[in-house]
Amino acid sequence: MSTTTTTTPTQAEWKFTAKDIVAKPDLFLSGHRACAGCGPATVLRLIMKATRGPTIVTQATGCMEIVGSIYPYTSWALPWLHTAFENAAANASGIEAALKVMRKKGKIKNEHIDVIALAGDGGTYDIGLQALSGAVERGHDFLFILYDNEGYMNTGIQRSSSTPIGASTTTSPAGTAVPGKLEKKKPITEIMLAHDLEYVATATPYYWKDLVTKVRKGLEVEGPAFLHVFAPCPRGWRSEPSKTMEYSKLAVESCVFPIWEAVNGKRQLSTPSKVISLAPQKKKPVKDYLEGQGRFRHLFKPQNTHIVDEIQQATDKRWQKLLQQCELTNP
Amino acid sequence: MSQEKTWKEISLAAVTSKSSVNFQTGDWKTYMPNLTCDKCTKCLTCAILCPEGAIRPNPETGQIEFNLNYCKGCGICANECPVKAINMKIPEGE
Repeated sequence: MSTTTTTTPTQAEWKFTAKDIVAKPDLFLSGHRACAGCGPATVLRLIMKATRGPTIVTQATGCMEIVGSIYPYTSWALPWLHTAFENAAANASGIEAALKVMRKKGKIKNEHIDVIALAGDGGTYDIGLQALSGAVERGHDFLFILYDNEGYMNTGIQRSSSTPIGASTTTSPAGTAVPGKLEKKKPITEIMLAHDLEYVATATPYYWKDLVTKVRKGLEVEGPAFLHVFAPCPRGWRSEPSKTMEYSKLAVESCVFPIWEAVNGKRQLSTPSKVISLAPQKKKPVKDYLEGQGRFRHLFKPQNTHIVDEIQQATDKRWQKLLQQCELTNP
Repeated sequence: MSQEKTWKEISLAAVTSKSSVNFQTGDWKTYMPNLTCDKCTKCLTCAILCPEGAIRPNPETGQIEFNLNYCKGCGICANECPVKAINMKIPEGE
């Protein structure tokens, strides 16, 4: 971090409390037009609490881009740029390259400017994947944050390759012929890990301290970093708006979405998931997570209960694999 | 037609200029949060998890205050409060 002149402490020494987080002014402002109980809105607010100095945000099309920039209003209290669905990472690499040149030509002071690219699961898993892969291959210094609400919620709840198996969406409707989506969720973090990134992590907003720490760590990495944030969507999941954070907690407790971080490819479970690996009796059945979400309602009909068992088995299998990857064993 | 702007004079993209704090979303709500001050431990969980940033502690007393101009009444604060000091009510007279 030779070019950094910021005096903000680095993550190793950055200690913060709930009070500090609340006291820090919002950079994603109130008055945005997200639905009541929006998970990604909380995620964005928390991400912006982790910034350490001058920051530029670029965002792909998606729910959170729309709700934050309805003309002539903007919810962003920092430089913010919107591009097409596929371009978040390409845009971030352009910004980073431009900053480099401007610094070289003496047009800006020699201070470090962080670049954050934000995209939803459509803009990351499907449409933006090749731009993301290209940008991280070129080694640009930016943090890519994926807020994953498991579908194209903005355009009317269509399936994406992030939608989990069994979920009913408007393009994978549950009925007599098919019980919701038939395909598995794409393992995006594995794809990013295969790019040999210095920092890859997963997080959920319920464990906000963990999320804020991970964003800061991702910003501090010199080079590309990737953060996968789980963000429940009450509108698309057909769940209670008040239970948004509860589902983001249950996803971790049932091991549907374990949280971990990988520094230089070495994976480590984060505390909430580590607790479950050490005390397996605390692991909740996926049924607890699926229940109450309207998109999984059909799975509880007598003819479909085998799918719940299949989801449980698949989740267990993924959890065991993750434990092995973290060099832990689970009795 | 000499007044037409050249491509260099046209801004590259639409520019949004007003801060969204001028757009109040408080009238969206059905339920209103209600705080029982005796129960509140000032842990600030609600203020952190609120999607709207509508909950702030009072700078003098530290007591939680809701900014009803932005609160959409989702009830996340009531659901996540560890001591259940917040409950959601339909405002009286409606």
